Amino acid sequence: MSNLKFKLTEGVRSAAHSIFAHGFRSFLTTLGIIIGVASVIAVVSVVQGFSANITQQFDGMGTNVINIDSYTPRKERLQGVRAKLTYDDYLEIKHKVPGVSHVTPTVRMWGSNAIITYQGESSSSMIVGTASTYQKLNTVYPADGRFFNRSDDNSRRRVAVLGPSVISKIDIKGDPIGQHIGVSGEWFKIIGVAEKRGKLFGFDQDDFILLPFSTTRALLGGAEEPNITISLQVDESSQLEQVKQHIKNLLRRSHKLGKDAADDFEIATADQMLDTFDAIVGSTTLVLGGIVGISLLVGGIGIMNIMLVSVTERTREIGIQKALGATRFDILLQFLIEAVFLCLLGGLIGLLLGFGAGSLISNLTGLPSATVPGWAIFLSFGFSAGIGLIFGIIPAAKAANLDPIDALRYE
Amino acid sequence: MSKETIIQLRDLSKRYIMGTEEFYALEGIDLDIHLNDYMAIVGSSGSGKSTLMNLLGCLDNASRGEYKLKGTDIASLDETHLANIRNQEIGFIFQNFNLLPRSSALQNVMQPLIYRGIPLKERKQRAERALTTVGLQDRMLHLPNQLSGGQRQRVAIARALVTDPAILLADEPTGNLDSATTVEIMALFDQLHHQGQTLIVVTHEQDIADHCHRVITLKDGHLVSDKSNKSLRKKSAQDSANV
Ligand SMILES: Nc1ncnc2c1ncn2[C@@H]1O[C@H](COP(=O)(O)OP(=O)(O)OP(=O)(O)O)[C@@H](O)[C@H]1O
Ligand SMILES: [Mg+2]
Repeated sequence: MSNLKFKLTEGVRSAAHSIFAHGFRSFLTTLGIIIGVASVIAVVSVVQGFSANITQQFDGMGTNVINIDSYTPRKERLQGVRAKLTYDDYLEIKHKVPGVSHVTPTVRMWGSNAIITYQGESSSSMIVGTASTYQKLNTVYPADGRFFNRSDDNSRRRVAVLGPSVISKIDIKGDPIGQHIGVSGEWFKIIGVAEKRGKLFGFDQDDFILLPFSTTRALLGGAEEPNITISLQVDESSQLEQVKQHIKNLLRRSHKLGKDAADDFEIATADQMLDTFDAIVGSTTLVLGGIVGISLLVGGIGIMNIMLVSVTERTREIGIQKALGATRFDILLQFLIEAVFLCLLGGLIGLLLGFGAGSLISNLTGLPSATVPGWAIFLSFGFSAGIGLIFGIIPAAKAANLDPIDALRYE
Repeated sequence: MSKETIIQLRDLSKRYIMGTEEFYALEGIDLDIHLNDYMAIVGSSGSGKSTLMNLLGCLDNASRGEYKLKGTDIASLDETHLANIRNQEIGFIFQNFNLLPRSSALQNVMQPLIYRGIPLKERKQRAERALTTVGLQDRMLHLPNQLSGGQRQRVAIARALVTDPAILLADEPTGNLDSATTVEIMALFDQLHHQGQTLIVVTHEQDIADHCHRVITLKDGHLVSDKSNKSLRKKSAQDSANV
């Protein structure tokens, strides 16, 4: 055992000697591994950073939250039919479904209605009319001022909570609380500014204006009921499926859907979205894994090729070593260690380059910051060492099996 | 003979097959070599001297016949045992040095000690001592291509000696040296002989053969003479005192 340890130590010493004696060639030899590992680390670090950020956001939403949205199949949409969820649907759910709380209607203002003005500046933003319970479900907290309450909603007050980006967008000077902005031609008093959430995929999550639901509904007025979405929280997670079923039955009845008709609404949970997201990340990682596997394979073949050349080139040296008493095992070990050492070195360089590239990509694109998970580091090193072992064995065996006298005579 | 026999050759032959032709580089060699022998192998170029040395050094396999080293039949040993014999029993000085080109003089001399499992520190000490013995104490970190022919030869000698081998095999050890260095090296060999070393030296040069106490002659692969010079043995003590 101590004998093997001695041989391993000597093997590493001689590998280091040989690798650094041919610095540039060693670099070229391991370039395939460097590129393979660097690309996987770059991509994994970006994807992982991104998914960590998303998961965090879903966590904020709570897992018991259900979102109900209208849904029109593509075919019918082309025929101009539009499914709709209405205020009545909201009332139905609110009053008839047990075991739920914070039932919240949300309506969005579009087009010319989404124009905001302030002291001659005008711009547009995402304008959402919703109930005071919205903040419980979506964890929007005011950094400044307050959120609107039930009484604001009931008495259709013209008050607004702004996302922090709106402030700079229309250049509100001084303390925004108490000032007025124009939305859809009406004046609203700013009562709160929400906490900053940052950018996601270049999409500004702080560019919104929240208004009380009833105020918005009145503002939209007109003959046509607006299409709304409904969110709510299920009190007991174990009741989630039952509640979904209950809502489904209720809406099908009130929408007077026939037995064979498809739902004209969609019920989604945050959990489901998270699952979908995880599945996407998972399959992306898998595909990447495949690509990386192939690139490492190519790198490995490159290593084998150059190692074979190097064995031929060093035939006389191997003959001398054998003449001095090196056994087959000594030579085999020496070349194997050299191959593994080379691959690990490539893996290390690749890791650093990959992380650098990942951080650079994140910084340039405004994605969340790159993180390299432990398993990716472990895997790249494991893979590199494995490639070294697998593709080093043929050259090493070739070297070990050289006949001493033939090797010494080799010109 | 009171002296212990360490090498016993019986009908030792080496045959090369080139195309359809067979060619014996060595044929039917019978030879006993004893402990502390100081033997020269002479013969014209192509007579099979290096071939015999390679067989003695366990670098090559005989086509026929028997080679016993300290009573062990070499043909019965596997590759690992042969490697151990090359490492522990034999010090080989090659006709063309055969130094490791990317290793310094010191590393070259340390190399055989690796295969003997000797730790770095001791390896270094022993290699430094061996290099000092051959007068290269201030050239230890030079690469072979930074050394003169004579210096390379001396590195090769130090490398063969560093393991304290039972037998020292030298194939034309002075072939590349000027006469002054040749005298030095031969003085070193004489001294080793006095310390009990067994030496076998291949040479072209008559005065080197004269140094040795036993001279065998090869001709076309055959052993044609084996002379032992008793008077020379007595004389050598005075010679080495004079040098
Ligand atoms: N691998 C080989 N294949 C065929 N013939 C060989 C081989 N090696 C040596 N020979 C032949 O064997 C003969 C003996 O060669 P060897 O090298 O032993 O000569 P030598 O006595 O050492 O000569 P020199 O004094 O020139 O070194 C030569 O005729 C040579 O051509
Ligand atoms: Mg020769």
